[in-house]
Amino acid sequence: MDKPQFVYVTYISTSPEKLWNALIDPEMTRKYWQHENVSDWKPGSKWEHRSSGKERTLKLVGKVLESSPPRRLVLTWAFPADEGREEKNTRVTFEIEPIGNVVRLTVTHDRFEPGSEMLERISAGWPKVLSSLKSLMEVGRPLPELW
Amino acid sequence: MIADADRVFKALADPSRRQLLDQLHANNGQTLGELCQDLDMTRQAVTKHLALLEAANLVVTIWRGREKLHYLNPVPISEIYERWIGKYERHRVRALYELKKAFEEGPNG
Repeated sequence: MDKPQFVYVTYISTSPEKLWNALIDPEMTRKYWQHENVSDWKPGSKWEHRSSGKERTLKLVGKVLESSPPRRLVLTWAFPADEGREEKNTRVTFEIEPIGNVVRLTVTHDRFEPGSEMLERISAGWPKVLSSLKSLMEVGRPLPELW
Repeated sequence: MIADADRVFKALADPSRRQLLDQLHANNGQTLGELCQDLDMTRQAVTKHLALLEAANLVVTIWRGREKLHYLNPVPISEIYERWIGKYERHRVRALYELKKAFEEGPNG
């Protein structure tokens, strides 16, 4: 069995419902990610990751593999040019778990090809996105200019 | 709060624990056995250090079948970085770091 390349965990003082919404609501993702996540979030549906600038450039695409609000969201994750190429589709799993009065968010990213361009790009990206998300949820202020 | 800054700094203030993080940085997702192979520490000591790193949220574990895999979790370090490095400083800090690296690793270093 393949092992995931990355597992990220952050503890956020919020509720599972609010955190779930922060992952799927374009208005929310724009605040802390500076990109919009757009989909109806039903299993089998497409999802898009677009820059929140005027051009709204399509940056990533994928399918919703699993959606169990507010606990578990599994997506495929690819550059738009690689959409139809199965081997270039990576996978991201979000798991939300309440622990006391905080919520543990685990992000697992796997199914990378050897030498994947995605691998290089995301290893710097996730820690920033998750720090920004935590800051937004806890103090109402995301990190400025992530990218 | 579970992963507070005190625990992160305490966990980082030990060369053996930093070495463990270096190992995971080089090769993420290792079992305890794999981590022990390359270290001059007893299995017991490695287990203890890993527990402290996990408590600080610098290491996270997942189960893959019967194997427990350890991953470097850089999110708390990213929080420390963002806390003290302003957005306009990032590029300059990065440039200085690259300069230092070039001198220290280069042929004249």
